[in-house]
Amino acid sequence: MRLNNIGYLLKEGFRGIFLHGFMSFAAVCVTVACLLIVGSFSALAYNLDIMVQELNRTSEILVLIDSSLSDAEARSIGTKINLLDNVLQSTFVSREEALEDFVADHDDDPAFSGVRAEDLRHRYVVVLEDNTKMEQTDEQLRQIPGVVKTDAAYELAEGFSTIQDVLHMVSAAVIAVLLVVSLLIISNTVKLAMYDRRDEIAIMKMVGATNGFIRLPFMVEGFTLGMVGAALAFGLEWAGYDALVQRIAAVDSLQLFSFVSFQELLIPMVMVFAAAGMFVGIVGSWTSIRKFMDV
Amino acid sequence: MIQFNNVVKSYEQGNNALNGVSMQIEDGEFCFLVGPSGSGKSTIIKLITGELKPSSGTIHVNGYSLERIRKREIPYLRRTVGVVFQDFRLIDKMTVYENVAFAMRVVGAREKEIRDRVPYVLELVGLENKLSRHPHEMSGGEQQRLAIARALVNNPSTIIADEPTGNLDPERSYEIMALLQEINNLGTTVLVVTHAQDLVELFQKRVIAIDEGQIVSDGTEDEEENTDEAE
Repeated sequence: MRLNNIGYLLKEGFRGIFLHGFMSFAAVCVTVACLLIVGSFSALAYNLDIMVQELNRTSEILVLIDSSLSDAEARSIGTKINLLDNVLQSTFVSREEALEDFVADHDDDPAFSGVRAEDLRHRYVVVLEDNTKMEQTDEQLRQIPGVVKTDAAYELAEGFSTIQDVLHMVSAAVIAVLLVVSLLIISNTVKLAMYDRRDEIAIMKMVGATNGFIRLPFMVEGFTLGMVGAALAFGLEWAGYDALVQRIAAVDSLQLFSFVSFQELLIPMVMVFAAAGMFVGIVGSWTSIRKFMDV
Repeated sequence: MIQFNNVVKSYEQGNNALNGVSMQIEDGEFCFLVGPSGSGKSTIIKLITGELKPSSGTIHVNGYSLERIRKREIPYLRRTVGVVFQDFRLIDKMTVYENVAFAMRVVGAREKEIRDRVPYVLELVGLENKLSRHPHEMSGGEQQRLAIARALVNNPSTIIADEPTGNLDPERSYEIMALLQEINNLGTTVLVVTHAQDLVELFQKRVIAIDEGQIVSDGTEDEEENTDEAE
């Protein structure tokens, strides 16, 4: 293929976009709508995943220390606790601090006024890196000399893990379905555009144009439309996401939901949108034109 | 040259569109192909342009053996055969000049060649003053001239005209046929598929008659009349 021809084919591809303005507009609109839906759901799933991870972090193990140990001995156990692989952070709570918390938890009820600090134990509040290994870490904590008892909420941790697993599966399935549906819709729109130009393709075949020569302008056109759609969808997604996050941040009752900034999603979003736009444009036009090539 | 040797073409439904057709059209010849609807004329055109493959027999068109032609060779076969249709098949969004130039561009011609060749061909068909018109602004006769110009522009050795006068009044039909004869005089082989008996008689060229997928006569109109009288 001569350089002169490549220039012509590229020019034809771009010319086709404007020559068939309405179909081009329809293809871009459908691409934008589909990618916006996929992008919004992906962003929501990502945020939910992070929220569940944060909630899961709040699962802790309470480690009670032998009351016969001195304050200094009790404090030294912290070093051994921190040496364990799965321990993210351990906080020492003296028996005096534990008493203050206890009294505060019971709204200064006079019924507990007789409780003294000596009745309680020194303790550690241990936060884990991975709550799925809670049982194993709990066992290791109990092996440490000076530890008399631990209190770990296995069920809560397992519950969070299950929620996270389900969330991953559901979001992967929904995103996959949305992507397939989007591809079908966009491919159908491209097919309509091709149908509109079937006479042109038939004439090209009739005068002896090769399949590659016929296809390339359509591929250029499909690629350009896909990328334009992806760029528009990306811009709208960014603006819409930022506006939503700002609104949520301004409402006190919604403070539980903390969304990540769009900058954190920027690179994966750019990659997904660009890949989807390119794939949809090129594959959509390739498969659609095949039908009209058999002349 | 177009050569059919004992060609049979069967469709999937089981009926034979052609039953052992043999014919030869030499380079530079002008020939009519006549026959009633459903006789196999369209099948012959589709076989010549590589749109269909024969079920059996051999076909040679301008150096290509069509019974074993590869898919990727078909575009090159089609560059040797220009086709003109009854319904013109022009692109309405393009001007006269663009319609013809388009046929050159899609086979990879250079811009300079296009600039030189298109005005020459349009002059040949008498449309040199209508370069910027669109097909819908032209009469049926002019549209058919444009279709002929498009078929000619890549300099094919053969022109096939499928009912080229089917949509035209008698006067325009005569003009189109005269134009095809002029093109033939320049050395291009011309095969005209037609129902227009008056034109066939008027132009006194070789006539191949086909019926029910078989060639029933082959000769000039005069020869056929003589044969009929002798019988």
